[in-house]
Amino acid sequence: MLDLLLFAVFPYVAVVLAVVVGMYRYFNARFSYSSYSSQFLETRALFWGSVPWHYGIIVILLAHLLAALFPDAWAALIAEPGRLYALELVGLALGLLALVGMALLIARRLYNARIRSVTSLLDWVLLAVLLAQVALGVWVALFYRWGSAWYLSSITPWLRSLTVLQPQIDAVVVLPLVVKLHALGGFVIIALFPFTRLVHLIVFPLAYLWRAPQVVIWNRRAGDRRRG
Amino acid sequence: MDVRAQVSMVFHLDKCIGCHTCSVACKNIWTDRKGAEYMWWNNVETKPGTGYPTLWEDQEKYKGGWERQNGDLRLKLQNRAGGLANLFHNPHLPTIDDYYEPWTYRYGDLFTAPEGDDQPTARPISMIDGEPVDIEAGPNWDDDLSGSPIYAKNDPNFESITDEERRQLFELERLVFFYLPRICNHCVNPGCVAACPAGAIYKRGEDGIVLTSQEKCRAWRMCISGCPYKKVYFNWATGKSEKCILCYPRLETGQAPACFHSCVGRIRYLGVLLYDAERIEAAAKVTDAQLVEAQRAMILDPFDADVRAGARANGIPDAMLDAAQKSPVYRFVKTYQLALPLHAEFRTLPMLFYVPPLLPVVGARENGAYRVAADFFSSLESARVPIRYMAKLFAAGNEAEVIAVYRRLIAVRAYKRAEAVGDIAPEAISEALAEAGITPDEAEAIYHLTSMATFDERFVIPPLAREVNIEATLDPFTHKPHAGFGFNQSLDRE
Repeated sequence: MLDLLLFAVFPYVAVVLAVVVGMYRYFNARFSYSSYSSQFLETRALFWGSVPWHYGIIVILLAHLLAALFPDAWAALIAEPGRLYALELVGLALGLLALVGMALLIARRLYNARIRSVTSLLDWVLLAVLLAQVALGVWVALFYRWGSAWYLSSITPWLRSLTVLQPQIDAVVVLPLVVKLHALGGFVIIALFPFTRLVHLIVFPLAYLWRAPQVVIWNRRAGDRRRG
Repeated sequence: MDVRAQVSMVFHLDKCIGCHTCSVACKNIWTDRKGAEYMWWNNVETKPGTGYPTLWEDQEKYKGGWERQNGDLRLKLQNRAGGLANLFHNPHLPTIDDYYEPWTYRYGDLFTAPEGDDQPTARPISMIDGEPVDIEAGPNWDDDLSGSPIYAKNDPNFESITDEERRQLFELERLVFFYLPRICNHCVNPGCVAACPAGAIYKRGEDGIVLTSQEKCRAWRMCISGCPYKKVYFNWATGKSEKCILCYPRLETGQAPACFHSCVGRIRYLGVLLYDAERIEAAAKVTDAQLVEAQRAMILDPFDADVRAGARANGIPDAMLDAAQKSPVYRFVKTYQLALPLHAEFRTLPMLFYVPPLLPVVGARENGAYRVAADFFSSLESARVPIRYMAKLFAAGNEAEVIAVYRRLIAVRAYKRAEAVGDIAPEAISEALAEAGITPDEAEAIYHLTSMATFDERFVIPPLAREVNIEATLDPFTHKPHAGFGFNQSLDRE
């Protein structure tokens, strides 16, 4: 019963929260859609924490997504043992990078009084959950080898069943506790996403790559932007 | 020709007395808030000096503005992909310590201290974290400290001057300084706008005011580095960048911006300039020595029929064109060519211009006595601050531009002195005027504009017709209570 709640019901709750609250916040409190960078108050420790964290976690997250979206291509990719070893090794290294980065970021927030004063309760919750999630991930990578392979036969079908609204949790409930916690952690983060500064993730300014260097806004021609 | 109008500014540095009334007026209206305590959208710094934030002119340190690379114009800070790659940590971001840590005092201690033999004191505490602080810097910390080894000697503009000039500059008898009031330049080619990954900073088409959309800002922080004048500030409490808004709610209701209105020395002028937007890129791309002239050439004559037709075609209202004709800024910048942009070499085409200070009486020591030099009125070569220094500040190093301005300023002074005191020969006056390239009438006009201009002559504010403009996008009734920041929301970060 608990498994059903956690792996068949909670994911939907998390996603609905993320979408509904995320949109509500975007349209009604856009001022709060921010990364709330604290670099202005402290820059050196941030470098050693933020850069490893972001680059580590972005690649790891993409790997998780790709294996769920394109299982066949992923299976082909790891069919060759050499590539599997390389993938696992790189994954572990990036996971450790993210873990160290996050630990540094938390330590920075704990020990720097300036940064503490711009940290909210939800920031602490988010940081703790992220740290736990990455630690669990590294744990899985270390002690439940070849995750890149068994992910395809356990997590991928589960996630796919969720997306077609026919949750199949058989493949997940039999997984070791640590792996289950890690899977659950992912949805906890999705649920936290709309309430925290994590929203900065979906406003990543990709459009900067192609927009005109100058932005001129005319009131008379609302929305009309042209090169300054 | 793509004619645009810009509300532009001139600061006449000869008249600045360094009283900071402008800064205080601005502070009281706009930045007396949590997270903004350290911000001075308007600040007045002492030159030579390191300024605020410390060494802001040093672009090797802060990477502000644009640079020419293989004939192309690019941000010194980043290319596009590089900007995104540095989102997680901007290596060139100034921190609060480059400005100063805002503080207050624990006044409560004065009342709650137990009875004793000592006088109770109120300790300074940080306004960020509430911890006790040792105050190491504050607003105008270097005020009037030119000549001091810490501030003046580290002025980044000294790079180009010789050791001899440097030695003279710090000789006690020659010691000199002047004030440099600074606000946002509302540039035509702003570095902050180009650096903002979110596209949150924009230039208003109608009047050229550069604003940060508080709703679109995501704290990516690139604007703070991208602005070479360090006039975009990071609000550490809200996590948003903020900047001078040229008091647009005041301008829209026909009032001069607070710093202009309150200026005691009446050094500030505000008016419309028309410019050709098609020439922006070309004007920002020329060599350093040509920058001032290129920017001047971009500014259009509001009396020219073609320009007026082009302006009308672009939807610029007639009232704006009339204001452009009366603009004191146009006369200072274009007609008399007395006002120059600050650090044109940053290539942002700033729309705030400065009349460089004609520094005070040059003196010399003879037999231990200090005497005023005989050639007081024409002694450019023995100017107290080397021309090269002024050229570095106001003409991207082009001394000829600064010398031409000084020749005109000196000629006007001589002309008026001859009139009032009568101790200068008429031939000398004609010679000075001829050398400066101005007529007696022009000298009179410059004198009037400089010394006698009334409030309405100094501030020619065009009707911005916001009520008409707003109608297209928003019910004016809804907009009415929004003048100012438009919304007011608390943040759960305390």
